[in-house]
Amino acid sequence: MKKILIVFAHPAFNRSCINSALRKAVENLENITFHDLYSSYPNFLIDVDHEQRLCEAHDVIIFQHPFYWYSTPAIMKEWLDLVLQHGWAYGSKGNALSGKLFLNVLSAGDQATYLKKGDNPFSLKHLLSPFCATAKLCKMTWLPPFAVLAAHSGMPQQEINSHAEDYRRFIIALRDNRINLGKAVKSSHINSDLKGVLKG
Amino acid sequence: MELFLLQLFIFLAAAAVAVPIAKKFGLGSVLGYLIAGILIGPFGLSLIADIEQVMHFTEFGVVMMLFLVGLELKPSLLWQMRTPILGMGGFQVIATSMAIAGIAAFFLPWQQALAIGMTLSLSSTAIVLQTLREKGLMNTSAGRSVFSVLLFQDLAVIPMLAAFPLLATVVAHGADHHGPALFDIAALPGYLRILVTLGAIFSIFFLGKFAARPIFRTIAATRVREIFVAAALAIVVGISLLMIAVGLSPALGAFLAGVVLADSEYRHELESDIEPFKGLLLGIFFISIGASLNFTMILEKITLIAALVVGLIAIKWLILIATGLIFKIGGKQRSLFAVALAQGGEFAFVLFQFSKANGVLTAETIDPLISAVAISMFLAPLLFIAYEKISEKSTPAPETAEADHIERGGQKVIMAGFGRMGTDLGRLLISAGIRPVILDHDAANVEVLRKFGFEVYYGDITRLDLLESAGAAEAEVLVITIGDIEKTRELIELVRKHYPHLKIAANALDRGSVYELMDLGITTIRRETFGSALSLGEDTLRLLGVHPYEAYKLKRLFRKKDEETMPELYKIHRKDEEQYISMYQKHNADLEKLMALDMQADMEELNKAWLSISPEE
Repeated sequence: MKKILIVFAHPAFNRSCINSALRKAVENLENITFHDLYSSYPNFLIDVDHEQRLCEAHDVIIFQHPFYWYSTPAIMKEWLDLVLQHGWAYGSKGNALSGKLFLNVLSAGDQATYLKKGDNPFSLKHLLSPFCATAKLCKMTWLPPFAVLAAHSGMPQQEINSHAEDYRRFIIALRDNRINLGKAVKSSHINSDLKGVLKG
Repeated sequence: MELFLLQLFIFLAAAAVAVPIAKKFGLGSVLGYLIAGILIGPFGLSLIADIEQVMHFTEFGVVMMLFLVGLELKPSLLWQMRTPILGMGGFQVIATSMAIAGIAAFFLPWQQALAIGMTLSLSSTAIVLQTLREKGLMNTSAGRSVFSVLLFQDLAVIPMLAAFPLLATVVAHGADHHGPALFDIAALPGYLRILVTLGAIFSIFFLGKFAARPIFRTIAATRVREIFVAAALAIVVGISLLMIAVGLSPALGAFLAGVVLADSEYRHELESDIEPFKGLLLGIFFISIGASLNFTMILEKITLIAALVVGLIAIKWLILIATGLIFKIGGKQRSLFAVALAQGGEFAFVLFQFSKANGVLTAETIDPLISAVAISMFLAPLLFIAYEKISEKSTPAPETAEADHIERGGQKVIMAGFGRMGTDLGRLLISAGIRPVILDHDAANVEVLRKFGFEVYYGDITRLDLLESAGAAEAEVLVITIGDIEKTRELIELVRKHYPHLKIAANALDRGSVYELMDLGITTIRRETFGSALSLGEDTLRLLGVHPYEAYKLKRLFRKKDEETMPELYKIHRKDEEQYISMYQKHNADLEKLMALDMQADMEELNKAWLSISPEE
């Protein structure tokens, strides 16, 4: 069984239906650590040492956040800046994260927004390349994002529930080593064809 | 009694008239005193009777001066400046003593020549430090060198006082006026005499290290300032008596006591309590010097005395230039260094009197020398003026980069008050590498804080002299956390008047105090409990289940808005109470609305932002 760390950031958490639903779906699972950055560090004073110990204790590190300005909310960037230290996360002696899995779980705009010919001329995967590069530098295995699209303009409760359920199934499979990694890496979002990615 | 009061009146009145006049002409207070002395002396208005008697009494001013020098000399400071003090000071004193003694030895026995050499090697601490301070030259490299040399000279007086009796060649002139006060130690056998002497020195150390603090604490707790002054004077007088009783120099004893107490938290208080007495006694001492100048003798021996004055200044100047060259003081600074120290000093009067009393020198030898020293002191301020005139002409180019104006460990922050507010504030500053000078009026508190290793001093901060000795002239920021608004206001007004450069940060107990501080033009104000109240509010929100980041944001929002409304409320708070209250309520209501808005899921705005497909549309 893998241990999963979900690093979560949402500056207006009580306003986000989808993120609360996603959170509820996974936070009480066994071997899952749900870690709310805005709650732990409201004044942004991140305890780097504690964060590094947390990462070391888990096999998968997930960043769950709304896709703010094609990136993460500010505190998550702060986390990346401070916690991923040279000599710990990367560099010739930095092997603390080596071999661990890395992925983003995010809520973002319409699918149509992220097409080459769309309103943003980049795909979601393309826009996440800084994270892909980060994972690579830290010798981690990068997976395509678990993306909930078109959540911002209000989503029927049924749809929200179905995304939450997908998330729950995905996390449990990830924890229990029931993921077809080869297939997963090739997908655009890991949840675009969840059935194909999950084994058994 | 009447006669004594009359004499006192004449001295004080002469000082009060002469010193301001002398200062007006840029001559410094020492010259003022000397001139006052001449005016009331036998060659002026003949107003004072027994000059000798007065002089013996006022020599006590010198004892106090050494006590203060000792207080200034923390062992650590002494260690830090050991090279310039020992090197420059040592070289100057020894070379000058030798040169003058060498010349004097042509006319007098060597013992007398040596005593004269040592006596004349000293310069006038009072004149020089005062002049440098007035001209703002204390922090130049020359200023620091001058200070080092003066310090060494002050210290050198002690071995000189000890050595002079060994140089006695003539029968003592009159009995020793520091004669045994309590009992005659000379009656004891030799070994006992040494034991008693050592015991006396040891008791100074012991009392200073262990007994002084509890005593001061008890006295300070009474909050009657006079008693503290009395205790300070009692220390100096008591030590003098003790030293006289065992046949040592009272100045030496006072100096030792000063050094022992230099590390105590009562240092500044002692300093500022003794200072006026020292000043006054030294002033009267200078007056009596002026009064004792024998103009008949000076006129009779005008050639000799003129030669002595010129010779003295020339020899000292040459040796000082040499000192400057050896210790690599730069060109212009070297001339200033040499000019500053080229006169005789007030200790010369003490040492000459002492040597007369101990049978080293005769009155006939001393009289022209005393006149020469006094005249050289008259000339000192004039030499400064001459130096300034010449150096202005000779250096048209701007001064090259010299190691001037370097902070000599000068503390940048003075903290007034170190109570419940000051403690944490001080800890923050100290952990940020800033060492504040801390003043507090609660003796028990000071005692406790010292135990924890803070540099804290006891004293009433609204006293100008205490501010001065805490370094207000050099500090940058004054942090006031006294709490009491009346005291705070008093302090701010005092500081504004005397140290307008000091930036002020102040705490206020309540909103009313904030307005009072704003009346005084203070802009950096914090309400004592405001920050904690908001933090506790944030905690309460969290306990109620509000998301920590939301609680934090609300706290910041509240603080920002509250502080923004402050100036507006301030403007009307005196004019119209009704209007003030309604404005206050309005602001509170606004704040409530604003916070509610922030709490609610105001999705509309957010949605719009994310729905707009690209920023251009």
